[in-house]
Amino acid sequence: MRDIELKMIERAKALLESGEVARVVGWKKGEFYFDPMPAVFETVEELNDFVYNSFCGANLSKYLIKVSKNPGKTAIFLKPCDSFSLNQLFKEHRVIRENIYVIAIECQGKLSVEKMKKLGVSAITEVNENGEEIVVSSLYGETKFSRDEVLLGKCETCKSKVHQVKDEEIILREMQAGKKDRFEDVEKLEAMSEEERFTFWREQLSKCIRCNACRNVCPACSCMKCVFDNPASGIAAKANDDKFEEQLFHIIRAFHVAGRCTDCGECSRVCPQGIPLHLLNRKFIKDIDGLYGEYQAGETAEGKTPLTSYNEEDGEPSDVFKGEEK
Amino acid sequence: MLRIAKEKLNALYAKINESMGLFIPVKRAGEVNYEIWKEGKEVSLETLKTVKSPKNMFFPSTENMMKFKTEGKALEIVDVRDEKKPFVLFGVKACDYKAIEVLDKVFLADPVDTFYQARREATTIVTLACSRPEESCFCGVFGIDATSPLGDATSWLDESYLYVQANTEKGEALIALIKEFVEEGGDAEVKAQQEKTTEILKKLPFAQLDLSRFKPENLNELFEAPQWEELSEACLGCGTCTFVCPTCQCFDIRDFKTHDGVIRYRCWDSCMYSDFTLMAHGNSRTTQMQRFRQRFMHKLVYYPSQNDGLYSCVGCGRCVNKCPQNLNIVKVIKTLGGKKND
Amino acid sequence: MIEETLIPKIGVITDIRKDTPDVKTFRVVGTDGAKLFEHMPGQCAMVSVPGVGECMFSITSSPTNKEYMEFSIKKCGCVTEVLHALEVGAYVTVRGPYGRNFPVEEDFKGKDLLFIAGGIGLAPLRSVINYVRHYRENYGKVVIVYGARSMDDLVDFDEIKTEWMNEKNFEVYLTIDRPQEGWDGHVGFVPAYVKELGLDPNMTAVLCGPPIMIKFTLAGLLELGFDKSRVFTTLELRMKCGVGKCGRCNVGDKFVCKDGPVFRMTELDELPDEY
Repeated sequence: MRDIELKMIERAKALLESGEVARVVGWKKGEFYFDPMPAVFETVEELNDFVYNSFCGANLSKYLIKVSKNPGKTAIFLKPCDSFSLNQLFKEHRVIRENIYVIAIECQGKLSVEKMKKLGVSAITEVNENGEEIVVSSLYGETKFSRDEVLLGKCETCKSKVHQVKDEEIILREMQAGKKDRFEDVEKLEAMSEEERFTFWREQLSKCIRCNACRNVCPACSCMKCVFDNPASGIAAKANDDKFEEQLFHIIRAFHVAGRCTDCGECSRVCPQGIPLHLLNRKFIKDIDGLYGEYQAGETAEGKTPLTSYNEEDGEPSDVFKGEEK
Repeated sequence: MLRIAKEKLNALYAKINESMGLFIPVKRAGEVNYEIWKEGKEVSLETLKTVKSPKNMFFPSTENMMKFKTEGKALEIVDVRDEKKPFVLFGVKACDYKAIEVLDKVFLADPVDTFYQARREATTIVTLACSRPEESCFCGVFGIDATSPLGDATSWLDESYLYVQANTEKGEALIALIKEFVEEGGDAEVKAQQEKTTEILKKLPFAQLDLSRFKPENLNELFEAPQWEELSEACLGCGTCTFVCPTCQCFDIRDFKTHDGVIRYRCWDSCMYSDFTLMAHGNSRTTQMQRFRQRFMHKLVYYPSQNDGLYSCVGCGRCVNKCPQNLNIVKVIKTLGGKKND
Repeated sequence: MIEETLIPKIGVITDIRKDTPDVKTFRVVGTDGAKLFEHMPGQCAMVSVPGVGECMFSITSSPTNKEYMEFSIKKCGCVTEVLHALEVGAYVTVRGPYGRNFPVEEDFKGKDLLFIAGGIGLAPLRSVINYVRHYRENYGKVVIVYGARSMDDLVDFDEIKTEWMNEKNFEVYLTIDRPQEGWDGHVGFVPAYVKELGLDPNMTAVLCGPPIMIKFTLAGLLELGFDKSRVFTTLELRMKCGVGKCGRCNVGDKFVCKDGPVFRMTELDELPDEY
């Protein structure tokens, strides 16, 4: 990873020095190896803190809505999955293509500290990547994981290693697609009885603390004012009033991003309560594929989408119901 | 010192539950949070940090405060405060226990918040010493000893036993209630565990954070610090840090129309939200930087300035673990807290 | 019922006066017809229409009025809109009093007083001005400078004309932003008028109005030689609880609901500029 990081710093430096871009969006060092944070670099000096490693799971594309409004071009480092989100933002005119310089970067799947902790490691002081082997040192000893064991949830089912938009790339090694089928977990949910499925979601959603992290991180949630923040909407709410409300929030959100969600998986990555929110979106993706033909949001920056176009072969709402029955 | 064999714990919970409610860390759908105990729930005392702190036992994420009934033009207020039944809050870590002191200073200050007070008075708190602190812990910085928290009773857990000691009358009463499960013993084991944990605590990466600059007299200087821009740059403006924080206590009061009158409830709110300070004619904090600054200034400067230097952070490290983009109070302290952080 | 500050009292609106096109003054008493609670000039109360929301308003009537309370309210948001649509006899809820009042019994006593208000900013001052009138012998000369956008926007114009202007040792100066038919008084903004008047800098001053007016008027007063420690103003921020617990109305380490709304200019100087 270090070789890519160095190349990225080199490119960022050149772009800033030449004045080609006014800023670079990337990651900077955190307190540990495993907690880098998104950052905007405007000077070469600031690049001293630049970092790119297996913990750079964050999808940076949404930051462009705000950052790219500043004068000058903005360069951004995007992993393959993040590039879908940016394309979708282009399509929705939230970000203007001409203002952005995309550097496509290698990604071998990002890692989850949460998972390591759930596997019993704590007081982590250091993480070393040794190819497929991840060596975690802690105050209580050393633990070795295979990369697959501690992959971020969203990376287990990586949908593509192909960048959908790029101006240049920094890719040194071949990238492996996800080993797990993207719709496997959705199929498991579909196979459940209605009651089992309801219980599953009620258990999961009852953990929700309405922190809005899923919404605020979601590149598809780009409304200027969210309906849930708007007192005039009649459904504005902060903490959940009751169990029904937390379900309502997540279901409405899933409906609202249907057809636009690229399945970047950020919602589940950021959820402090580990709710598999991406499964709601993925169910929509699967149904849209089935009803209107295969479609991947963010593959293109232009053109109609299944839910914004009509043709006679489109499934009727009743087909959706039948689809459930199968 | 008294001890209870670990295999008897479920029976002990059942015994407490017979006469009082019992709130305890329970695993649900993969995450551990405080919940009311019921036979069959998966108790997890070993979990170092529940996702939510136990603050919602006293200050729930939503609570109905009153009800308004109208008949014609006439309006009636219905008091919905019910008598709070006694309950036991079990397994509170030292940081979270200290956080209750921080909350008390807000809610029990004149005029007393009777909603909070009723729950607070109905509770017997059993704390649980930490034996496996993690990298994000820094309670020691705030003078908290994770190995011997107070509360009505203190407990320690090892592979075989839960050791317990009463600190107050409420604690004594609880131990009297569960006397069939306890036996004498454990002084040496507890002492050994404390010593071992103390050694780990000293080695934690954030053990030496310097807070010396966070003083009321530096309020304006800290407020004006140019570093806030950079510190808050990646902030999503979500409320994760606020809602997992054991000391955050900001709330909203809202009305909810039902078929049977209007319910006025309060719910957790976050200074990270754009509408927190929104008024009809403007907003005193229009940028995320201002909101971010408010949160940390409140914890490290404003609150201490009003409360004899007591910080409104207890070093639990939940925000360190849970911020989606890895921003947190440690970075703020390291950047602005004092020379020793460099 | 165990007393709980967040649980309000029920009030009945017994009179509504339309002061200006967007300001109404509501007279409120308890369901028993008596005044709801006592207060001091400058203190506030939370008024609510259940189902709509609760907002903090300055109590505009003087504490010396033992029969009722009045609130002068400008229509500018969700709650005020609904309040403006209410009729006499409607029920509202009221809780308070909240906040720190003007130091009428301390700093103001025996002093010449200058009140400067802009628009709805007269609301909190009306309480203190009428208090001073009631205890007239305790205070020196009173100068009032009051400005609004137009003649129609002067709140409590009738009371000003018939009572304040006729009060002993009271000087009242009115101004409107632009010339208007039927207005033969001063035209111009408050800050400029204050400077023109060449006021005695030994007076204790109270400013209330839009932030921009306060900023320029204060600068004018300082030029005239006023001492900041004898200039007072009030702040207004979003509030929910009114008792320093809900956490949103702070400026630095002070809560406007509890430590304000009345502040001495020298106190504001010590606080961060975030209001």
